[in-house]
Amino acid sequence: MTVTVTWYLVLAAALFSMGAAGVLIRRNALIMFMSIELMLNSVNLTFVAVSKHLGLIEGQVAALFVMVIAAAEVTVGLAIIVAIFRFRSSANVDELSELRG
Amino acid sequence: MAEAIVFIIFALVAIAGGLTMLTARNPVYAAVGLLSTMFAIAIMYVLLDAHLVAAVQVIIYAGAVMTLFLFVIMLIGVDRAQAYGDRPLIQKAMTGVVAVGFFATLVLAGREVWVTGSDAFGTPDLNGTIENVAKELFGNWTIVFLASVMLLTIAAVGTIALAHFPSGEEDGAS
Repeated sequence: MTVTVTWYLVLAAALFSMGAAGVLIRRNALIMFMSIELMLNSVNLTFVAVSKHLGLIEGQVAALFVMVIAAAEVTVGLAIIVAIFRFRSSANVDELSELRG
Repeated sequence: MAEAIVFIIFALVAIAGGLTMLTARNPVYAAVGLLSTMFAIAIMYVLLDAHLVAAVQVIIYAGAVMTLFLFVIMLIGVDRAQAYGDRPLIQKAMTGVVAVGFFATLVLAGREVWVTGSDAFGTPDLNGTIENVAKELFGNWTIVFLASVMLLTIAAVGTIALAHFPSGEEDGAS
């Protein structure tokens, strides 16, 4: 029983689906944000698995760049959540339906 | 065979961590579930001979990003964040249908050659050591690397701008 690239792709698809479900189902902005991180991670897994499959190192370079984007996104997103929390005392996205401060 | 056993164990760990994140009421448990998923994915990278990416995964995701998440959870307050009810049952059921359908679509699409590329070619023993990745990163991808440096600088400046509240402004808006 050898591990083929298909196994990794199926695992990545499962993780991505869970992340998408998390964005849809959760109300806490922090957990929605964690779900986005899970989706980025599963895409990284796809990149690296296909990189191994095709014998191209570019997939791993792309995975590193995705990590850079994710790090930048986390800093800005968490700053936005903290800034909203200061004004509204809430991390619940359903309470942020108005387009005013 | 040993590779398959390691893969199955850590695939189960990753999926369990994801489900924990999806269902946990307490955000701290969700963060710990995501942390275990990230460690499991780092193991997958080691199985795929992507050693540098595995190290960076542990250092950046498990180290920096999750620490930042836990820090913000503590800043906002755990009991306050868990006090809210979840979605109604109909929304949960619809989300489950959407997620399962999405998973099935991805798996079916992955069977097609035009999505995943044809059979393996090039060097089968690809090794993602620091040297191999750095040759590519600082060879063909130097401009993109410099752009990502700029992006990180902009993100840091933006975070400082967001976090900076003059003392007079705080009273008026709340």
